[in-house]
Amino acid sequence: MSDKKTLGEMLTERGVSRRTFLKYASYTASIMALPPTAATAIAQGIANARRQSVIWLSFQECTGCTESITRAHTPSIEDLIFDFISLDYHHTLQNASGHAAEAAREAAMKENAGEYIVVVDGSVPLKDDGIYSTIAGITNLQMLEETCKDAFAVIAVGSCATFGGIPGANPNPTGAVPISDIITDKPIINISGCPPIPEAMTGVISYLLSFGSIPELDHLGRPKAFFGEAIHDRCYRRPFYERGMFAKSFDDEGARQGWCLFEVGCKGPVAYNACATLKWNGGVSFPIQSGHGCLGCSEPNFWDMGGFYKPLSTAKGDPLKWAGGAAVAGAAIGLASAAVARKKRNDILKEGN
Amino acid sequence: MELLEFARGPALTFAITIFIAGIVFRIVSLFALWRTKDSSAGSPREKSAFSAALREVIRRLWPQAVYKQDTMFELVNGYVFHIGLAIIVFALAPHILFFKDLIGLSWPSLPNNVIYAVSIITMVSLIAALVMRYANPAQRIISTFDDWFSWLVTFLPVLTGIIATSHLGARYETLLGLHILSVALLLIWLPFGKLMHFFLVFVTRSQTGAHLSHRGAQL
Repeated sequence: MSDKKTLGEMLTERGVSRRTFLKYASYTASIMALPPTAATAIAQGIANARRQSVIWLSFQECTGCTESITRAHTPSIEDLIFDFISLDYHHTLQNASGHAAEAAREAAMKENAGEYIVVVDGSVPLKDDGIYSTIAGITNLQMLEETCKDAFAVIAVGSCATFGGIPGANPNPTGAVPISDIITDKPIINISGCPPIPEAMTGVISYLLSFGSIPELDHLGRPKAFFGEAIHDRCYRRPFYERGMFAKSFDDEGARQGWCLFEVGCKGPVAYNACATLKWNGGVSFPIQSGHGCLGCSEPNFWDMGGFYKPLSTAKGDPLKWAGGAAVAGAAIGLASAAVARKKRNDILKEGN
Repeated sequence: MELLEFARGPALTFAITIFIAGIVFRIVSLFALWRTKDSSAGSPREKSAFSAALREVIRRLWPQAVYKQDTMFELVNGYVFHIGLAIIVFALAPHILFFKDLIGLSWPSLPNNVIYAVSIITMVSLIAALVMRYANPAQRIISTFDDWFSWLVTFLPVLTGIIATSHLGARYETLLGLHILSVALLLIWLPFGKLMHFFLVFVTRSQTGAHLSHRGAQL
């Protein structure tokens, strides 16, 4: 439950030094590409904020987003849930289960009406009245609508919640839809990715705590601080792309030399995310650095983009599927037109005779 | 992203289908026409049809001295954008990957900055060709929709390609989608207008050569 003390008071009680706290504020400001002066604003904002009630709903998902956020290093998930937020409902991390868990959610909603944040991972199935995913006897749709009714803001994390993701991939058997298709009267922040970068999730929560407002979003509702640039544009392999030096397979000399992975299907040019700058696991590496092309997992329909290992400049599907028929049709029309011309000529010649 | 998906998928498939049907239609309809038998005695200077055709193809690569002065700019400019287009289409790595995926063949590429420079030169050259066509009253009068539209559908892929590479004005996926759509437009139009010379230029020149040789022209 939310504490009535401010976060500043609580952190002082816990022995967190002001220096440590300011370092965290500066880090958050820098990863969100905010001006240096914002660090002070973040520090003041967080110090004066109350512990934020957060309700985390998990629908059609794989728990990868939760796995990701537990790897956050600044702030860590422990810092977040013990110091900054009151995580009142989360299937994987909460101790309670069954009725007790649902009671915690309902109590948090009642106590913090209009102030709590709803984080959602997973898509919502709508087909057949949404029976493909239910929790505590109600469908995901019912739970989402009920929980978001009095929320301050909604954060959709992961590509399933933001764009439908894998459950929504062709042929989408459950009729999965993203959160934004259902919740239309609340501010929604989309933090896409499969999974999203942990610091993108914790950074946005910190921003909400500090400023009490929504960060600047792109046309897909994603924070520009993390989704403002294509991975390709910040990729350390980019110079090889410009020089036309490509790995042809995952174990050739080019791959060993760290050449561009465009030819083996990298979707970095059309994927907007901070993987190439923030990286993963505390800034250790990211997929392209470990030798695999980007899947474009932070983009809508990434599962149906025509194949992970097909270069972006190739046609999607089989563009020659009608080629045989086209050639036969072309030949038939060509022969017919020549025949008409021949007949016309013969008729004229006959008339002349 | 949806525009790019549409361009890479249905639009490109449709355009390639029309392109193949159109090319086969044009070639078959041309070769299935009658050939008037020329019963006249050939000139003593007549060469074999193959030799005459080859000579004519080569001869027309460069103008005769008498025309050289008047047509030098068009000629050089024509070479510039034709060679430029060939380099752009066949030497850019992403384009080669497109062909490799389509027909299974690939070849070495040129660095992107080289292609970029060639694209700028080609674009300027194409604009010069358009200005020449418009500025010359005789050319303007004989120009038809085919001429203007063929120029446009040739120019657009170059322009959108440069814009996409430079990330100007919109997000890359939108620009790439527009680039592919402009190529689709080119593919659809190519068989039905003057751009068909891509396939027929040497056919028609060969025919002219054989005919002229029969009449005794010195090739």
